[in-house]
Amino acid sequence: MTVEFRELRRSFGGTVALDGLSLKIEQGELIALLGPSGCGKTTALRCVAGFERPDTGAVFIDGADVTRVPANRRDAGMVFQSYSLFPNLNVRDNVAFGLRVRRRPTSERHDRAAELLELVGLGGFGERYPHQLSGGQQQRVALARALALQPKVLLLDEPLSALDAKVRVSLREEIRRLQLELGITTIFVTHDQEEALSVADRVAVLKSGRLEQVGSPAEVYDRPSTPFVAEFVGTMNHLPGRVTGSTVEVFGQILPLDGTAPGEEVDVLVRPEAVRVTPSEDGHGFILASSFRGSIARLRVQLDGGGEVLADVPGHEAVRLAPGLKVDVTLVERPVLTAERTAVAAPVEPVG
Amino acid sequence: MAGVTWRRITLGVAVVYFLVPLAIAVWFTVYNESQGFSLGAYGRIVSAPGFGESLLKSLLLGAAVIVLVLLLALPALLAVRLGAPGLRPVLETITTLPLIVPPITYVVGIANALRGGTDALAATPFWQTLISIQDEDFPVVLVLAYVMLALPFAYRSLDTGLRAIDVRTLVEAARNLGASWPYVLFRVILPNLRSAVASAGFLSLALVMGEYTIAALMGYRTFPVWIVTISGNDGQLSVALSVLSLGLIWLLLLTLSGAGRKAK
Repeated sequence: MTVEFRELRRSFGGTVALDGLSLKIEQGELIALLGPSGCGKTTALRCVAGFERPDTGAVFIDGADVTRVPANRRDAGMVFQSYSLFPNLNVRDNVAFGLRVRRRPTSERHDRAAELLELVGLGGFGERYPHQLSGGQQQRVALARALALQPKVLLLDEPLSALDAKVRVSLREEIRRLQLELGITTIFVTHDQEEALSVADRVAVLKSGRLEQVGSPAEVYDRPSTPFVAEFVGTMNHLPGRVTGSTVEVFGQILPLDGTAPGEEVDVLVRPEAVRVTPSEDGHGFILASSFRGSIARLRVQLDGGGEVLADVPGHEAVRLAPGLKVDVTLVERPVLTAERTAVAAPVEPVG
Repeated sequence: MAGVTWRRITLGVAVVYFLVPLAIAVWFTVYNESQGFSLGAYGRIVSAPGFGESLLKSLLLGAAVIVLVLLLALPALLAVRLGAPGLRPVLETITTLPLIVPPITYVVGIANALRGGTDALAATPFWQTLISIQDEDFPVVLVLAYVMLALPFAYRSLDTGLRAIDVRTLVEAARNLGASWPYVLFRVILPNLRSAVASAGFLSLALVMGEYTIAALMGYRTFPVWIVTISGNDGQLSVALSVLSLGLIWLLLLTLSGAGRKAK
């Protein structure tokens, strides 16, 4: 089953949530809609579920225009951001709710609920009530409930954002496993770039109701097509550079340009992992701070000419590269993106 | 320790304040100096003409008011919550109005409307409708008036209940799973609002069982009106009636709140 957004526009009062969004999601694909809050990702999802109607444009599920179909007649299972289990029903009845609405016999409802609870790792929890479950368990039940009717599309509206970090990681992996196992077309809305990159087949980055870029996680991360994507996905250094022809000079190095530059004096966008730091007595900077993150350590390097650079080095080098050390900073030789020169050349860390 | 002492003192004062008059009232109904101890006053109530009739009438009115006020308030509250949150203060103000306007004003208004209506509709088939809503056995016009009076209480109970649940998410989850709007209302929202619905119900019932002004002035013999009529010349009987109706309403409220609590 495919899902297609065609020229979706939707505004709430004076705020434009969707500004001509077009996107096609392929059969069996998990696509992540990624963007800051207010970018329209949730509105787009709600248009598929039928909770929002676009002002103009259309939503297609499996080739059929569903824009005007009421929410209860669409074949799309949804998991919500907030806990959405019915408090008066136990876990089994929650999972079987959709089957009950469709008046399926009790035995079928119970069998299907048991099967799905087994699938999400909660076999034996059928008699419990939502308030007796942890947040992660509740979202698993919500997932089972959304899958009970074998929908054509699975819609996930930031289903992990209310959970703590560890549960978030394990549950997102489980969602991915289930999605691959069932081969169900899935739209995953999130503002967490790490989440999007780690589970999706493709990531669609949205900004102000428009699609900025869509591509595989590696593509979006390595070859962001706009400075916005570059900054929103991953961490980005802004380094002052001077453009000549199709190259740019930064820190005395000449690097090839990726795309066109917005001017002569630009900000060169460089990921922390593309920055090399070597100890040197007469280096042009010193390590200001180092934060150890296990496999890597992120260094904050103060440059002599003013400004700072973030650099990721292997974790085991953290001891050698201690704060206070004089260092040389060089960049990995590869095409770089540029953006308009900003007043302060400071690294930008993403939120979330 | 001081807290416990204070609590006991407060409780003691409350008990004295509420129970002593009640106990004296009960004593007055069962004891008199010439005859000694006797339950005769209670016997006279049951055999008094119009007792069962007026009680039944008031209970039926109460039931009708509960159903109507819920059907009116709940969808309105949901619609405002889901579709137009900006209208909430407006709804709140409208439902507060019946508290501000004195009942006597309603009577005047309703009487005028009925009189004007009778004149205007005399030549049309609606005239019959106008007559039937004033039926002595089941005055629909009184139901309408009581719904107005009960609205502020029902609104506030339901609003508190809705505040406690994430209405939007529950509605959307149910819609997403194929539920129609009536299904959402009766199978998803109502079961999660049981205690709020019960409290809206018993406030409405208590109101109907105690309302005298409108019914009396419009000439309907509801239970409270009957109590006043029958007890005029028999002091013991009138107090026995008060005790009985208090007990009756108490019983009904306990039943209703029990129904609400079972859901939890």
